[in-house]
Amino acid sequence: MDLGSINPVLLIASLMVAATPILLAAIGELVVEKAGVLNLGVEGMMIVGAVSGFAISVETGSPFLGFVAAAVGGALLSTLFILLTQVALANQVASGLALTLFGLGLSALMGQKYVGIKPPPTGDIHIPLLSDVPVLGPILFTHDVVLYVGIAIVAAVWAILKFTRAGLILRAVGESHDAAHALGYKVVRIRILAILFGGACAGLGGAYISLVRVPQWTEGMTAGVGWIALALVVFASWKPWRVLLGAYLFGGITVLQLNLQAAGVAIPVEYLAMSPYLITILVLVILSKDKSSAPASLGRIFHASR
Amino acid sequence: MIVLEKRPQPSRMWTLLTPVLAVLSTMVFGGLLFALLGKNPVEAIRTIFYEPLFGEFAFYYRPQLLVKGAPLVLIAIGLSLGFKAGIWNIGAEGQYIMGAIVGAGVGLAFYPLDSIIVFPLMVIGGAFGGWAWAMVPALLKVRFGTNEILVSLMLVYVAEQLLASMSLGLLKNPEGFGFPGSRNLTEYASATSWINQDVGMHWGVVFAFIAVIFAYVLLNRHMLGFHIRLTGEAPRAARFAGVRPTRLILFCLGTSGALAGLAGLFEVSGPGGQITIDFNIGYGFTAIIVAFLGRLHPLGILLAGGLMALTYIGGEIAQSQLGLPAAAIQVFQGMLLFFLLALDLLTNYRVRLRAREVA
Amino acid sequence: MTAPLLCLQGLTKAYPGVIANNNVSFDIGKGQVHALLGENGAGKSTLVKMIYGLVKPDSGSMLLNGVPYAPSEPRAARADGIAMVFQHFSLFDALNVAENIALGMENPPKMGDLAKRIRDVSETYGLPLDPYRRVGDLSAGERQRVEIIRCLLQDPRLLIMDEPTSVLTPQEVNILFETLRKLRSEGTAILYISHKLEEIRALCDHATVLRLGENVGECIPAETSARDMAELMVGTGLKTPERSGRALGDVALDISGLSVPAPSEFGTGLKNLHLTVRKGEVLGVGGVAGNGQDELLAVLSGEVRSASDAVKLHGKPIGNLGPTDRRRLGVLSAPEERLGHAAAPDMSLTENAMLTGSVRENLVRRGFLKWRQAQAFAERIIEDFDVRTPGPGNAARSLSGGNLQKFVIGREILQRPEVLVVNQPTWGVDASAAAAIRQAMLDLAADGAAVICISQDLDELMEISDRFAALNEGRLSTPQDTAELTIEEIGLMMGGAHGMEVAHV
Repeated sequence: MDLGSINPVLLIASLMVAATPILLAAIGELVVEKAGVLNLGVEGMMIVGAVSGFAISVETGSPFLGFVAAAVGGALLSTLFILLTQVALANQVASGLALTLFGLGLSALMGQKYVGIKPPPTGDIHIPLLSDVPVLGPILFTHDVVLYVGIAIVAAVWAILKFTRAGLILRAVGESHDAAHALGYKVVRIRILAILFGGACAGLGGAYISLVRVPQWTEGMTAGVGWIALALVVFASWKPWRVLLGAYLFGGITVLQLNLQAAGVAIPVEYLAMSPYLITILVLVILSKDKSSAPASLGRIFHASR
Repeated sequence: MIVLEKRPQPSRMWTLLTPVLAVLSTMVFGGLLFALLGKNPVEAIRTIFYEPLFGEFAFYYRPQLLVKGAPLVLIAIGLSLGFKAGIWNIGAEGQYIMGAIVGAGVGLAFYPLDSIIVFPLMVIGGAFGGWAWAMVPALLKVRFGTNEILVSLMLVYVAEQLLASMSLGLLKNPEGFGFPGSRNLTEYASATSWINQDVGMHWGVVFAFIAVIFAYVLLNRHMLGFHIRLTGEAPRAARFAGVRPTRLILFCLGTSGALAGLAGLFEVSGPGGQITIDFNIGYGFTAIIVAFLGRLHPLGILLAGGLMALTYIGGEIAQSQLGLPAAAIQVFQGMLLFFLLALDLLTNYRVRLRAREVA
Repeated sequence: MTAPLLCLQGLTKAYPGVIANNNVSFDIGKGQVHALLGENGAGKSTLVKMIYGLVKPDSGSMLLNGVPYAPSEPRAARADGIAMVFQHFSLFDALNVAENIALGMENPPKMGDLAKRIRDVSETYGLPLDPYRRVGDLSAGERQRVEIIRCLLQDPRLLIMDEPTSVLTPQEVNILFETLRKLRSEGTAILYISHKLEEIRALCDHATVLRLGENVGECIPAETSARDMAELMVGTGLKTPERSGRALGDVALDISGLSVPAPSEFGTGLKNLHLTVRKGEVLGVGGVAGNGQDELLAVLSGEVRSASDAVKLHGKPIGNLGPTDRRRLGVLSAPEERLGHAAAPDMSLTENAMLTGSVRENLVRRGFLKWRQAQAFAERIIEDFDVRTPGPGNAARSLSGGNLQKFVIGREILQRPEVLVVNQPTWGVDASAAAAIRQAMLDLAADGAAVICISQDLDELMEISDRFAALNEGRLSTPQDTAELTIEEIGLMMGGAHGMEVAHV
């Protein structure tokens, strides 16, 4: 066992990488839930994003097109959820589960050709000067674009929800769809847009796993990250900045346990590998007392009658 | 313009008809999918649905129907109780694994004792393993209000790691030449769940039928079942009727956990044979589809379990004969759930075509 | 009267099975307070929704200032100067006052400016309101102010008010009327929807009466007696409940020092309640909605438990017993919310009879249910209380509000309660069903049961109760004999501690 082999700078830098898929998926789901919809299909949308992003970037050689395809793929899968919950008025919990089960199968089918292939590398950007700053430089300024995009999305979601009319309307729809409808807002339309956004973000998060973090395609490779993202939204009390904080916390745990595995700590690998899931449960327990900030219409079916 | 109009009460006809329609739609769209994959859709559908029952080798496949159907029905019956009450245990896969580990552990602890008490003790162990695993989300929900969906699901991943640890460590076969995996329980006469392997009969099948009857009586004739349904329909009315939500959560999660644990135990001591890293093949998740496809009704679940078992077996045949990828069957099963949920609209709403309103 | 502001011409709107509005025509003048009068279900809401653009008429047309007016959505209606104060469902609890108001405006100014304008308008019209308070923390009266100010900020030509006083104390009503009169003097027309005749006589210039979706007559309220308007509204002469002389017996239910914390963030806790009800007595509990009515019912039904001796039945403590044990002892209840609380919407009437009847009607043996007996019980309720339904196999939600309410009340009364607690027994129920329900409660009391009737309908409470008490912010006033009370005293009991300032008009 050699804990000295763990380099703290690299650890923190890779923590940000490990956190990005959760971050992307969670910030998307946050917007969906703020609109009053509970989409439990995050895991399914992520894995479909992971495989579509992987396939397209392998075929075209462009990671950028890969990420675009992943966002589109995630959003496309979320249209199934839209059809079920917004058009056919089905139970959101069941529909989300269906989305995940279907997504897992679909991704396995789509990814058959791509097992064991390396994707084209997603380049890191080295911001001149800043990346040369000791310690902070490698941690903060030598990552790929998508990682920064993730942080930018969090900032944008925060600003939009807090300061803009669009954000206010979105929150209103999630608070009380009946009241929003009575004021003449298009509840279903707003929710559809939110769900599509959530799907695209989840797709991006999935592709980040298959294109940057691993990078490789294997069946079921999201391994519950989508579910952790769902837990993270609760953890964050539906606040964007707390999503960022939470994602980095989970990223930190994941990276730390991998580093401990590599360093040959005397804890069996399996027990280290289960730690992110156990910590998720622990966090849910600690934070479950405060439910006050949950959108009031979350998960309820809206049918405009009369 | 299509207008949805809520029915004054759910349509009984559509309640029965939607699963049938969902299966038919899945066949059509599944066929399209198979065609896209370059397979003959008619042949593929025929291979999946006809071959196992009436094909040339049906004598071999028919027993498989019991083998695959039993765990699905057993788990789905348990899940349906909770789903009816709005308690979402979606970690049955984890409870299934834990049932198998504890049950097999009990059996292996007695090895090589030859006694009729070994198997009953294993059954108790299996039920206990699943029950205890389900009690974690149950107690956390009752005590802290934690979301049971997320907790039960997280525990699946934990259970999978435990399974890996067990098959590489504690339960590893000491005479297994270093290969991962436990002793084979089917070779230990006191510990196997097989009753008659040739016809696919094992204790899991018996328990599945018992569970169906038990659930039917519970839901239709007993106060507890009435309270379960009431809680799902109208939680406030249930509290008004005197239901204690806490007890219901413990009961529903505990029962579904125990049944999933039993399914795991019967599988590991029969068709599966041993604890291995990849022992679980997703019955716990497929059972969710079975529960919904069976409309959360015990008899419906029995039929749905049979149908789903058919797609598993037919899928395997199609895989070997037509080269249809295994994942295609998974998509096929997922599709089924989609159509079911979408078509469910028809039971509660009337769909009307109406000329666009003139303002 | 000059040229009318809004002309309705032959508006018709049908829903499957009902014609909500049939060929309704009338005019609203500029600066006129126009009453729209009718019972629940007479079609007032549908008519108003057509004016506000939420519903499109099947036929007929509207003219606004002589120009054809057909709003496709509320936004269009607001753009044309039509504003509406809703009875329910239009505020967002988790958002603050300014955000709520911004949501109802087309082009809201910046939050800071908006807050200032809210303060200005609320000063002008005597409706004080802090723009940064969370709406969920406001009282019912204050919530209504939010809606009114939201409308006023848009300088409406027509303000629609749907049952505005149902959530107000008499004093608050006076303040509201002052505001409305001031608006009228500034030239704003008001369409005032209500079924409270005295209010309409006090406030309105003109009234249109709707019955079963049709315009059945117009009148000048000040010159028409309440009785004439009532007959126009109901169609036939009304039977008032008989109040036979009842002898009051021993104390049946005794509540002393009952305190319960608020069940949820926006709920109301109960604070140190004292109350006794005797056999044969009807106790009326009034108060503005949201002052602890639901909580009081829950504490009495057993859904919420309290200290064991805070609630006593015939001297025995029952405060810590759950609903089933209380039913066994004869304490029965009927909550306000019919669908989802008193009854499960998608379950059959037989199952709903089982819901509360299992203990006292012997519908269970060792945990197993006796469905045949439950069905017989359901049939008995349907028969005795004239519930209009094809049979006990029908789902609760297929019944109309009045019929379901008769079923719910009948279900409890037929179980021979010793104490019956009801909340809003006639809310949203047509007049004849309401009369039947009130009569049934009086008959029950005459047979020696103690009845607690929680209601926001003061007329109802005056009609049936022997003593009256009011809930205010979770506190209960000392019960007093109904016969000796004046409306002013009732108002003070209901709202004395509401912190309502006098209008500065």
